[in-house]
Amino acid sequence: MFRVINLPLYICIAVFFLIYAARASADDINIKDAPVYGDAFVSGSTADARNLIPILASDTSSSQIVSMLFNGLVKYSKGLKIIPDLAESWRIQDDGLTIIFHLKKDVKWHDGHPFTSADVEFTYKKLIDPDTLTPYGGDFEKVKDFIVIDPYTIKVSYDEPFAPALASWSMPVMPKHILEDAELSETGFSRDPIGTGPYVFKRWRSGQRMDLDSNHSYFEHRPYIDRYIFRIIPDSTTMFLELQTGSVDAMGLTPLQYTRLTDTETFRRGFRKIRYPSFGYTYLGFNLDTEMFKDREVRQAISYAIDKEEIINGVLMGLGSVSTGPFPRESWAYNEKVRAFGFDKQRALKLLSKAGWRDTDNDGWLDKNGKRFEFTIISNKGNDQRRMTAEIIQRRLMDVGIEVKIRMIEWAVFINEFVDKRMFDAILLGWSLSRDPDCYDIWHSTKTGPGEFNFIGYKNPEVDRLLEEGRGTFDYEKRKNIYNEIHRLLYEDQAYVFLYVPDALTALSRRFEGVEVSQIGIMHNFIDWYVPKDRHRYKR
Amino acid sequence: MRRLAVIGMGIIAILIIIALLAPVIATHDPTEINLKEAYLPPSSGHYFGTDGLGRDLYSRIVYGTRIALMIGIVALGIATIIGIALGSIAGYFGGKADSIIMRFVDIMLCFPSFFLILSVIAFIGPNILNVMIIIGATSWMGIARLIRAEVLSLKSRDFIVASRALGRSNFYIILRHIIPNGIGPVLVNFVFGVAAAILTEVALSFLGLGVQPPNPSWGNILIEGKEAMAVCWWIVMFPGMAILVTVMAFNLLGEGIRDMLNPRLRK
Amino acid sequence: MGKYIIKRILASLPVLLGITIISFMVIHLAPGKPTDAATQLNPKISLEVRERFEKKYDFDKPIHVQYLKWIGKIIRLDFGRSYIDNRPVIRKIAERLPITLLINILSILTIFMISIPVGIKNALYRGSVFDNVTTCIVFVFFAIPGFWLALILMSFFGVHLGILPISGIVSLDFENFSLAGKIIDVARHLVLPVLVASLGSIAGISRYMRESMLNVIHEDYIRTARAKGLPENLVVYKHALSNALLPIITIIGLSIPGLISGSVIFESVFSIPGMGRLMVESVFQRDYDVIMAGLVISACLTLLGNLIADIAYSYADPRIRFNK
Repeated sequence: MFRVINLPLYICIAVFFLIYAARASADDINIKDAPVYGDAFVSGSTADARNLIPILASDTSSSQIVSMLFNGLVKYSKGLKIIPDLAESWRIQDDGLTIIFHLKKDVKWHDGHPFTSADVEFTYKKLIDPDTLTPYGGDFEKVKDFIVIDPYTIKVSYDEPFAPALASWSMPVMPKHILEDAELSETGFSRDPIGTGPYVFKRWRSGQRMDLDSNHSYFEHRPYIDRYIFRIIPDSTTMFLELQTGSVDAMGLTPLQYTRLTDTETFRRGFRKIRYPSFGYTYLGFNLDTEMFKDREVRQAISYAIDKEEIINGVLMGLGSVSTGPFPRESWAYNEKVRAFGFDKQRALKLLSKAGWRDTDNDGWLDKNGKRFEFTIISNKGNDQRRMTAEIIQRRLMDVGIEVKIRMIEWAVFINEFVDKRMFDAILLGWSLSRDPDCYDIWHSTKTGPGEFNFIGYKNPEVDRLLEEGRGTFDYEKRKNIYNEIHRLLYEDQAYVFLYVPDALTALSRRFEGVEVSQIGIMHNFIDWYVPKDRHRYKR
Repeated sequence: MRRLAVIGMGIIAILIIIALLAPVIATHDPTEINLKEAYLPPSSGHYFGTDGLGRDLYSRIVYGTRIALMIGIVALGIATIIGIALGSIAGYFGGKADSIIMRFVDIMLCFPSFFLILSVIAFIGPNILNVMIIIGATSWMGIARLIRAEVLSLKSRDFIVASRALGRSNFYIILRHIIPNGIGPVLVNFVFGVAAAILTEVALSFLGLGVQPPNPSWGNILIEGKEAMAVCWWIVMFPGMAILVTVMAFNLLGEGIRDMLNPRLRK
Repeated sequence: MGKYIIKRILASLPVLLGITIISFMVIHLAPGKPTDAATQLNPKISLEVRERFEKKYDFDKPIHVQYLKWIGKIIRLDFGRSYIDNRPVIRKIAERLPITLLINILSILTIFMISIPVGIKNALYRGSVFDNVTTCIVFVFFAIPGFWLALILMSFFGVHLGILPISGIVSLDFENFSLAGKIIDVARHLVLPVLVASLGSIAGISRYMRESMLNVIHEDYIRTARAKGLPENLVVYKHALSNALLPIITIIGLSIPGLISGSVIFESVFSIPGMGRLMVESVFQRDYDVIMAGLVISACLTLLGNLIADIAYSYADPRIRFNK
């Protein structure tokens, strides 16, 4: 009797102890895994930064560092929502024509000076100043009034609805008290900056490396990783060797490295491979002022003649996807109904024939009115993927009788001589897009001047109208429909042959915990990363 | 030494044959892309394997022989012609011409030569022709000095005086008497120069300024292969060996000729 | 002697001027401007902004005006500012020069330490197996593409064996090392670069040494010394060698301009922040002032090197001295 009655009790007690023990070890795990301060993160780059002044920095390396040192009023969350950064809240009034920002009150610059609305005003004034050589002024010229209400409140108003307005305020803010009287293009601040960001500039050894220390009084929280080291290693093969010895913690991998070189046991033990689609696309653009490309059917034919899957498999080793238009799949403006042109050589030949291109003299090349179909593709030197893509396109077009020459040109000459002056037949390039789908600057017919982005000379009144509407309304549904339509029209017109969206490929040392892969990459929560105490590699 | 020079000569002869018979010896079209066969190791189907775009490496290297030899010989040909012309004018006519030309030589020698080459190619665009011309235009100085020295020493010799007395034109004298005597060191210079030119093209390819793909040059094959070096040893090994063997052959030949010409060693 | 030196220096000035004129013309006539490099396609720099930039740097003025302005600055030893980051050119060069000098000097020492004995032995045992084998080895090193050798050595010593650092000139924790630690760190980083840099040039110097030695060995005075019954060692190493080394002095003089020039390929592969990368990047970015400064310094050193070589030779070679 005793046993039977007490069994449930014993079972309860046993269960109770089990639960307690389980909870205790869970607590142990939690304690062991609690973030610790310390260690350093070493990132490898092939190019040195140029200028750390936020509104002047335009190359990838400089932008990477600036994002560690500075903040904007807002930023994108990993779910692609706009969330507070330096602004703790905001109100949108007057049907979107006015935004009132309430700034955080406890933010200090790295030199201890308090951050206020005066800094934002200063940054804004510099952005619209014609003497500042900033590439980012365009969005801010649309501001009608910028009013400082008090040290922590700003009112910005626009003439007409401008959908990208809120997102544009992710522009990093510069310190007025330091730069007020400085000449931006000459100040030493570009190599010794002071910001509000999670990391503080420490030292820059030109051509070798840059050191950043964590900002212990960062307004979100002190980053767990004490140091951010930016190492410059010009040769990617060397960088890979450095990765293997652990002297570099993260690097961008080429498709070949990602697929073939990183499958060893030792590599997998020390590193994780991260892959996510990049937010952009690579394309072959036609100069629409060139006679032979004026005909839409010719452009479509060329698109049919190119096997895009082949390029993705060959150049990207399968690590990418076919682009169906000006928006990548991850964009809310993406139109799933648009299907990419498949590889169809016969159809290409038919379209070309309809447009008047036939091989009348049987020399293997298409001709029309005595002229052979030949053109030159230009692209920028130093990009292996583009070079290989160009060669594949060359080969495929040769199969349908079009002669293609390739010229890889170094950047300085490329922009000035060829792109600005529109002295090209076809151009192989890529766009890295901002999150807001407004692509007015690329496709609107008024943006075809020298130095502007519609360098292919695309003029479509319907698309123009849609672009204007798209940026002039805040209604999400309405915008979605507009951009879906733009997507469809642009793909049909094939002013670009939309080629592919490459995947971003990264190798990252396994010792970092807290990493979250998201659509905007992995660095969005860098201040939350940490290394467990027993795996620290770099002591102070 | 003699033996090594003969080996060098032999290798060069084989290379010339390969270059001439390239279409016959190659097994594939060197520019044919076949992505399904990318990065394949050497096999009976592809003797040297394939590169990143599935092109047959063996055929590319065979055709690359043409380009290597062409670049070397044409560039040095240009250099030699310029060098002989300027050197003989300077030496023969002396005076103002000599000063100006030698000053010009000094100026050219002050530029770091590879830097000069890459700068000019960066400016005018990389293609085979430009590469050949620029290498030629920066390699003539040594030859000019040699010829000038030769001319100076020969100028006062009897047979020259006699020739002039006979009324032969200066041009004729230079061509028939001076140059054949000075040809020895020029030949040595030529042979070494070809080796150097091939290496220069490789260096230019590293910077993207050499022969442009899809034209196969050993330099651009090697550089394209650098990425995959760790897993695809063949893409780097074979062009590397080709360069190695060729450059060595020319160097050995040059050494051999130099030894032969040295009168003190004729014992 | 003093008069001779002054004469030489004066004679060098037109050469120097000629170099600056040619360089200036060539780089300014090349297509592309520094403004383009500073503004990649991502940015929205409008044309008028760019034009304003160009006006600021006088790019809109005719070329001879720009040249004269540049000469004016040079005379005051103002080498201008880099267009890329606006820092004084002198500073950028001063950052890169020391490491280039260090590597080059170490390389030259290594090269001579290896080439001279090899060249001598080659000459003494001309035609032997040793001669042939070392000749081949030396030429192999000449012909191997440097970056290939570099990557293989880096893989082997750096990754496989893990005993040498792979790239760069200092470790990440360099700041925390003691002085001795710092010296050792730099030394470890320089082993592979110096090795790779030297191997290619051993061919040239050792062949030159061999040739020079061969010339001397067969001279009459050597035969006399032998006939006199002097021990072979004395004959070779005292009499022959001291004469055979004379042309080497010329080479040392001619190597002086090479001291400041770095190989961009080599520096890229080893991640060394040297003059080679600086100059090539400047060419690609059309950073005119940096390119001109580099060329001018190089030219000056070349002329200086020639002068020193000639003077040293005249001191060393009594034949020339007596002829003066």
